[in-house]
Amino acid sequence: MPGSAIEIENLTKEYPFGFLHLRKKTSLEGLNMQVETGEVFGFIGPNGAGKSTTIKLLMGLIFPTAGNARILGKPISDVEMHRDIGYLPEQPYFYDYLTAAEVLDYFARFHDLTAADRKERVQRMLKKVGLETAGKIQLRKYSKGMLQRVGLAQAILHDPKLVILDEPMSGLDPVGRREVRDIILELKRDGKTVMFSTHILSDAEVLCDRVGVIVGGKLRGVGAPGQMVDMKTQGMEIVFELPAGSNAPLLSKVTKMGERYRLQVPEEELYAAIEQLRGAGARIHSVTQVKATLEEFFMNLVEADRAQAAAVEVNGK
Amino acid sequence: MRRAGIVALNTFREAVRDRVLYSLVFFALLMMVAAIVVGQISIGIEESVIVSLGLSAISVIGLLISIFLGVALVSKEMEKRTLFALLAKPVRRWEFLLGKFGGLVLTLAVNTAAMALGLLLVMLYVKHTLERSDAVVLVAVYFILLKLALIVALALLFSCYTTPLLAILFTAGLYIVGLYVQELRNLPVDVMNPGTAAFTKWLSYLLPNFENFNVMALAAHGRAVPGALILQNTLYAVIYCSMVLTAASVVFSRRNLK
Ligand SMILES: Nc1ncnc2c1ncn2[C@@H]1O[C@H](COP(=O)(O)OP(=O)(O)OP(=O)(O)O)[C@@H](O)[C@H]1O
Ligand SMILES: [Mg+2]
Repeated sequence: MPGSAIEIENLTKEYPFGFLHLRKKTSLEGLNMQVETGEVFGFIGPNGAGKSTTIKLLMGLIFPTAGNARILGKPISDVEMHRDIGYLPEQPYFYDYLTAAEVLDYFARFHDLTAADRKERVQRMLKKVGLETAGKIQLRKYSKGMLQRVGLAQAILHDPKLVILDEPMSGLDPVGRREVRDIILELKRDGKTVMFSTHILSDAEVLCDRVGVIVGGKLRGVGAPGQMVDMKTQGMEIVFELPAGSNAPLLSKVTKMGERYRLQVPEEELYAAIEQLRGAGARIHSVTQVKATLEEFFMNLVEADRAQAAAVEVNGK
Repeated sequence: MRRAGIVALNTFREAVRDRVLYSLVFFALLMMVAAIVVGQISIGIEESVIVSLGLSAISVIGLLISIFLGVALVSKEMEKRTLFALLAKPVRRWEFLLGKFGGLVLTLAVNTAAMALGLLLVMLYVKHTLERSDAVVLVAVYFILLKLALIVALALLFSCYTTPLLAILFTAGLYIVGLYVQELRNLPVDVMNPGTAAFTKWLSYLLPNFENFNVMALAAHGRAVPGALILQNTLYAVIYCSMVLTAASVVFSRRNLK
């Protein structure tokens, strides 16, 4: 099925606050974005960027101030479309007087499944998220990571076409994170669409076909993780040793690491730098290309945003 | 509707697991003590004392459950964020509300029926026999249940747009006011200025009227309740609950979940 699984148009959310709710805080500002059918889409951004806000808007838990969105071709206000989507809330919490099996069975009832089918699925899901031995314990006795696993199970229980996960890895141990990665890849293999938010950039880098970076309620870039990295100029790193007592002209830009020195220069200045180092009698150990990671791209955006916010504050006063 | 039913059954299960039915133990103890005490002072009024006491206990226990649990129905799910996963299922918000309401009314019905049975047993113990006229006790219990359903609806409405504590206060306040609405209607309107008179009249019809649900005096003396009153009260409760629940749905359907 071609087309976008999620189409977001100018989605905006303001929260009123302060005296008589006269002031407004913009949590999400004119978001335009698509998630294509069959892809794994990562939604990354720092704390308070607006990731959960976006996801909650999509799920109809909160309502937009402006703009709209369509999921699987249906407007987000259409609850029937929820048959085909699964959602894992941020820090999920469920009825603590029920066991994991009971909660899953309860949710399964809304999907018109027969009793036998429900039972079979519940067992299968508990196994998949590694809770098969804990299925009969009341959820009030669950740890945070176990609740996260229940949350994941209820999101994929009904075999949805689109799965939206708000920080699926949070609270999980390394084994759990690995299992979640496998589940996401399995969903993709089965032709499902997955959108998930995360802070863990390495997860986004290995799992996602595309990522969207959101900072301060605004989308700052969308693309394949590799492409985003290319947006940053790459540099070259030279590691060298200097004979005792000599001084290199570039030394101000150099960092010392034990016996050795490290110098990072833009690619076009590489040969000039090497010439200078040779002139100073340096012994070059290695020259390597510095690959900007998604993390650096991300950090740059966040820092730019902070600087801008600070500038606005200064001008405002 | 089917989805509201699923929510209702889970709400009932929650109430049972939260040991709401333990209130029955309290009721049983109270009635046992009453039966023994009344049995000793017997001068021919045992029955009416037992019936008044029993019906009052049924009413008070029911009121406590319906106000506190009624307010918690929605606010607890919002506070604990259990609603997030639920509303991501194919469930409309009004279906959720209706289910919550239905679940608590079901709980109250089971609880009240059990207490009514207990009351009949105590009456049998005191009088050694039950007559046809004692059926009026069941009518009185039915009216209490209707009243409780109204309270649950109101508690639900308030909890949809204010804090749980305020919602409890509003619901309890409205219940007390509702006991005296009849007096408001009987005020001498002709001596007031027309504005106040119209306002008073409006208010007296807007506020819930609980007075008609109280037939304790009739029941205590084994007198029959007119069929017309049964019909009238049933209709009143159904219509009033529908209106309150509709209002709650309108408020709740626009609410941003935290
Ligand atoms: N109910 C609310 N009332 C007022 N402001 C809110 C509300 N919910 C969220 N916000 C604000 O909206 C902004 C975005 O929050 P959001 O939860 O979407 O961030 P996030 O990207 O999910 O962050 P995190 O990584 O910490 O989960 C924050 O600045 C937050 O303070
Ligand atoms: Mg979040």
